Amino acid sequence: MNATLAFTVLLLPLAGFLFTGLFGGRLPKNITGGIASLTVLSAFLISLFLFGQVGKQPEIIANGFEWVAVGNLSIPFSLLVDRLSAWMMLIITGIGFLIHVYSIGYMHQDKGFHRFFAYLNLFVFSMLLLVMSDNYVLLFFGWEGVGLCSYLLIGFWFDNIEYGKAARKAFIMNRIGDLGLLLGIFVLFENFGSVRFSEIWQGLALGQTPSPTLTLITLLLLVGAVGKSAQIPLYTWLPDAMAGPTPVSALIHAATMVTAGIYLIVRSAVLYQAAPFTNEIIMALGLATSLIAGLFALRQNDIKKVLAYSTVSQLGLMFVATGAGAYVAAMFHLSTHAFFKALLFLGAGSVIHGLGGEQDLRQMGGLRHAMPHTYRTFLVGTLAIIGFPLLSGFFSKDEILAAAFAHQPIWWILAVLSSAITAIYMLRLFFLSFYGPFRGSPEVHPHESPAVMTLPLVALAVLSAFGGLINLPALIAGEKGQWLGHFLSTLPGLKEQHLALSHSTEWILMGATTAMVLIILAISYQTYVKKGSIPVVDSAWKSWERWLGNKAYIDELYAALFVKPLERLSGLLLRWVDTLIIDGFVNRIGTVVVRSSHYFRKLQNGNIEFYLFGMVLGLILILLLNHVI
Amino acid sequence: MGLILLPLLGYLVLFFAIRRHASAPFAALGFTVANLALTIGYLVQFDTSGGTQFITDLNWIPEAGIHFKMGLDGISMLLVLLTNLLLPLIILSTFNRGFSGSFYGMVLLMQMALNGVFMALDGIVFYLFWELALIPIYLICAMWGGENRIRITLKFFIYTFAGSLMMLVALLYVYTQTPEQSFDIQQLYAAKLSPEAATWVSLALFLAFAIKMPVFPFHTWQPDTYTTAPTGGAMLLSGIMLKMGIYGVIRWMIPMVPEAPQYLNTIYISLAITGIIYASIIAIRLNDFKRIIAYSSIAHVGLIAAGVLAFNTTALQGGLIQMFNHGINVVGLFLVSDILEKRTGSRNLSELGGLARQSPAFAVFFMIIALGAMAVPLTNGFVGEFLLLKGLYEYKLIAAILAGTTLIFGAVYMLRALQFILFGPAGPKTQNFAPLQLSETISLGVLAALIIGLGIYPQPILDLTAAAVAQLTPGQ
Repeated sequence: MNATLAFTVLLLPLAGFLFTGLFGGRLPKNITGGIASLTVLSAFLISLFLFGQVGKQPEIIANGFEWVAVGNLSIPFSLLVDRLSAWMMLIITGIGFLIHVYSIGYMHQDKGFHRFFAYLNLFVFSMLLLVMSDNYVLLFFGWEGVGLCSYLLIGFWFDNIEYGKAARKAFIMNRIGDLGLLLGIFVLFENFGSVRFSEIWQGLALGQTPSPTLTLITLLLLVGAVGKSAQIPLYTWLPDAMAGPTPVSALIHAATMVTAGIYLIVRSAVLYQAAPFTNEIIMALGLATSLIAGLFALRQNDIKKVLAYSTVSQLGLMFVATGAGAYVAAMFHLSTHAFFKALLFLGAGSVIHGLGGEQDLRQMGGLRHAMPHTYRTFLVGTLAIIGFPLLSGFFSKDEILAAAFAHQPIWWILAVLSSAITAIYMLRLFFLSFYGPFRGSPEVHPHESPAVMTLPLVALAVLSAFGGLINLPALIAGEKGQWLGHFLSTLPGLKEQHLALSHSTEWILMGATTAMVLIILAISYQTYVKKGSIPVVDSAWKSWERWLGNKAYIDELYAALFVKPLERLSGLLLRWVDTLIIDGFVNRIGTVVVRSSHYFRKLQNGNIEFYLFGMVLGLILILLLNHVI
Repeated sequence: MGLILLPLLGYLVLFFAIRRHASAPFAALGFTVANLALTIGYLVQFDTSGGTQFITDLNWIPEAGIHFKMGLDGISMLLVLLTNLLLPLIILSTFNRGFSGSFYGMVLLMQMALNGVFMALDGIVFYLFWELALIPIYLICAMWGGENRIRITLKFFIYTFAGSLMMLVALLYVYTQTPEQSFDIQQLYAAKLSPEAATWVSLALFLAFAIKMPVFPFHTWQPDTYTTAPTGGAMLLSGIMLKMGIYGVIRWMIPMVPEAPQYLNTIYISLAITGIIYASIIAIRLNDFKRIIAYSSIAHVGLIAAGVLAFNTTALQGGLIQMFNHGINVVGLFLVSDILEKRTGSRNLSELGGLARQSPAFAVFFMIIALGAMAVPLTNGFVGEFLLLKGLYEYKLIAAILAGTTLIFGAVYMLRALQFILFGPAGPKTQNFAPLQLSETISLGVLAALIIGLGIYPQPILDLTAAAVAQLTPGQ
C-alpha cells in the first residue's frame, strides 16, 4: 500500500508532463495549468500521508523492477521513503505546487504556456526521483534529470541566443560535476559491492574501508555536489541561469534543485563523518563561496542577479554546516531558505510582472504603494533572510553559526561576516525597489499582480515567518523544541548531537549577530530611505565597485583559461593534426604506391626474353636462399 | 540461413526484375520487413541461457578445411537484430528521395553480407562476407554520393580493403597452426601461437578492425565518407557496418590470440581513448552537421572499443548494448540531417535555426535523439555508457576519467548543434520548413520510442548477451 503510494507520488508529475506536453497546447490555458498544478498538489497530499507514515515506521521501501543486472552489479528501480526523503518530498511538492499556481498568472501571456508546465512537471518528477531513490544510480537519474529540466527552462525563451548560451553553460558545468558523482558511484560499488544506500551503510559499519578510499569517495561525490549546488569553482552558471522565467528561478534555482548537493551530502552523512579531510574542504569551499558570492551581490543592479548571488551565498552557508557535521542545521537552513528564497524570487517576479519586464533596481522605487501585497510579503522574506529575530532565517542561520563557532571561532567570524553582507545587499534591494520615489519611465505604470500570484506569496510569507518553529534552539524552547533534529535522528549519521557550547556562549553569539543585523537595518534605512541614495551608473563606479559589479571577471577568466583554448585546440586539431599530419600520411602511402607502380609497370614490357630472364633469376635466388637457410 | 537467402532474393528481384519500377522502394521495404519478422521468429525461439544456436554446417571445401558454418549466439543475435531492425527504417528514410531499384538492390545485398558477418563461424566465411559487405556500400557511395564522391569513396575502399587483407593473412597464418587444419572458429581459437606470432596476428587483426570502426588514428577516411555518402549509405556505414569492427574484436581477435602480450592491449585502449577526446574536441567547432555526427561517432565508437578491449563482463555487456544503441541513435541523427538538408538545402549550423518554432514535432524528435546521443539517464545511450565507463573503471581509474570526459564534451557539441538548428531566430533557409512526412514521422517515432524504451528497460538486451559474454570471460 505505502509502496504503491510512493510510486504514485513519483508518477503523478510524470503523467502531468506527458499530458500537458501532448495535449496541453489544445486546451485552454487555465485548464492546462490547472491540471499540471493538480498533479503536484496530489503528489503533495500523498507525500503528506507518507510523511505521517514514516513518523511511525522508520522507512518505506518500494521495490520496482531490476533496471540493470550485469555480472554482480545489480541496480534496482526501487524507491526509499524515509524521514529525510519524506521531508524533501514535502518541500518539493509543497513549494512546487505554489509555484505552479503562481505560474498560471505569471506565464499567462506566453506562447509556450503548455510547454512551460510540461517542463515544470518533468522537473518535479526528476527532483522527486532524486530524493526518493534507494540507491546512488537512481539518484543519478534524478540528478541528471533535474539538470536537463534546468537546461530546458533556462533556455525556455529560445528565440534569444544569449539565453541559449546560459542554458548550455548550466548543463555543461553540471555535467562536470556529474562525472565526479558517477566516478564516486563506481568507487562505492567497488568497495561495498552495491549501490544501495542500506547495503553501503552496512558495509561501512564493518569498519574495514580504508580511510583514503573514503576520502576519495567523499571528494568525488563532493565534485557532483559542487556542480549542482553552484559552489566554487562551478558556481558561475547559476547567476546566468536567471535567463529563465522567474518561477523557474524560484523553484529550481533557489528552493529545490540547487539544494540537491546538500541533500547528497546529508544522505551520505555516514560516509562524510568518516572523512574529516573532506569536511575541512567542504567548510573552506562553503565559506569562500558564501563570502565571494555575497560580495558580488552588493553591486548587482538586476533584481534577479542579486537574488541569484544570494542563493549561491546561502548554499555556501549550508555547505559550512555539513562540513561542520551539523547536518540537521544544514537541512533546517535548506528548508527555511526554500521558503524565503522562493518567496523573494516570486516577489521579484511579481515586481517584474508589474513593471512590464523591468529588472533594473535603478528603474524601480516606491513600489510599496502600487503593489501592497507584494511589498508586505517581500518584507517578510527580506527580514527572514537577514536573520531578523524570531523569523525563520534567524533560527536556521543561528544554528549554522553556532556549529561553525563550535568547530573553530575563526570560521564563526567569517560566517557572521557573510551574514552581515547578506543583510546589506538584501536591504539595499528591498529599499531600492519599494521605497523612495518611482524612478522608472513615466510610461510604465506599476500595478499589483493578480490573486493567483499573490496568494502563493502569502502562503510562502507565512512559512518564512514561522518556519523557524520546526527547530527552535534548545536554548529557548528546551529539547522539545528541536522537532526537525529529533525527527531526522533516526537516519544513519544524523543522531541528535549537542554542541559543546555553554548556554551563556550561545546567548552571546545570538545577541551579537542580532545586534549586528539591527545596526545594518538602521544604517540601510538611513542611507536608502532618509537620504534616498540610489546606485550610480556603472561608469561612475569606483574601481572596487567595478571589480565586484563585474563579478571579479571570473567568467572572463574561465573563458580565457578553458573555453578559448579548447576552441583554438579544436581548430588546430582539425586543420593540422587531422588533415595535414594523419590524413596527409595516409594519402602519402597512397601516393607512394601509385608512384612505385609507375616503376613496376616498366617490368611488364611484353618482352618474353625479359620474363624468362626474370624466371631464371628467381629460381636461382630460391635455390640459393634454400641453401643458405 | 534464411537471413542470408531472403535479402539475396530481394537483391535479385530488385536488381533484375524491377530496377526501374516505381514499386522498388516498397518492394525493398517489404523484403526488409519480412526479414525483420524472420529475425524476430529466431529471437522468440532463442534460448538466452544456451550457447550457439540454429547452426548451419555445410562441408564446403573439405580439402582446405572450410565449412560453410553459421550460427547465432547472444552476441550474434543482438547484431543480427540490430541489422534487420535498422534496415526497414533506413529504407523508409529514403522514400521520396528518388532512388532507383538498383540502389535498393545494393542495400539488400549489404544486408545479406552484414547478416553473414555476424553469423559466420568459419574464418573464410567470415572473411568472404566481410569483403562482400564492402562492395555494395562502395557502389552506393560512389554512385549516389555527393561532391568528390569518386575520390573519397575510392580512398575509403582501398583503406578498408588494405585492412581486410591484413586480416586474411592473419587468418591464414592461424589456420596453419590449428590442430586439425581447419578454419572452424573453435579450431582457430585452439591454435597455439608463439608470443611473437601472436603479436603479429594481433596487430594485423587490430588494424583491420580498427580501420573499420574506425579507431584513432585510422579514422581519416570516415568523416569524408560519411559526409559525401547518401544518407542511407551513411546510416548503413555508421549504424551497422562499423559494428563489424567491434564485433571482430570480440568474436575473433581477442579469443583467437589470447597469447598476445598485454602491452599491445594497453596501446589499443590508449588509442581508443585518445580518439574519444580527440574527436570530441574537433566536433566542438565544426559547422557541417553531418561532420559533427561523423566525429561524434568516432568518439562514441572509441568508448565502445576501449571498453570491449578491456574485456571484462561489465564493459563487454556495456559495449554490446551500446553497439545496439549507437546504431539507433546515429541512424536517428543522420535522418535528422537528411530532413534538414532536403528541406533547407543546407547542413551548415550557421545557416539554420529557429526550427523549434517552425516544426515543434521535428524539434521534439531531434531533442530525444540528441539526449540519447548525450547519454542522459532514461535514454538508451546512458545504459551503455554507464556500463562501459564502469567496466573501464574496473580496468583502470584513469581510463574511466579520461573516457568519461565524453559525457562533458558530448554535451558541448550536441547542445551546440541543438542550439544552432532548433533555437534562435529562423533564417531565410529555415523560414518555410515543410512539416514532417508520414514516412519520416514513422522512422523518427520508432527510433524515439526505442531510445526511451531501452533507456527505461534495457535488461532484455543485456539478458540476450549475458550467456555469450560469460562464455567469453570465464572466471569473472
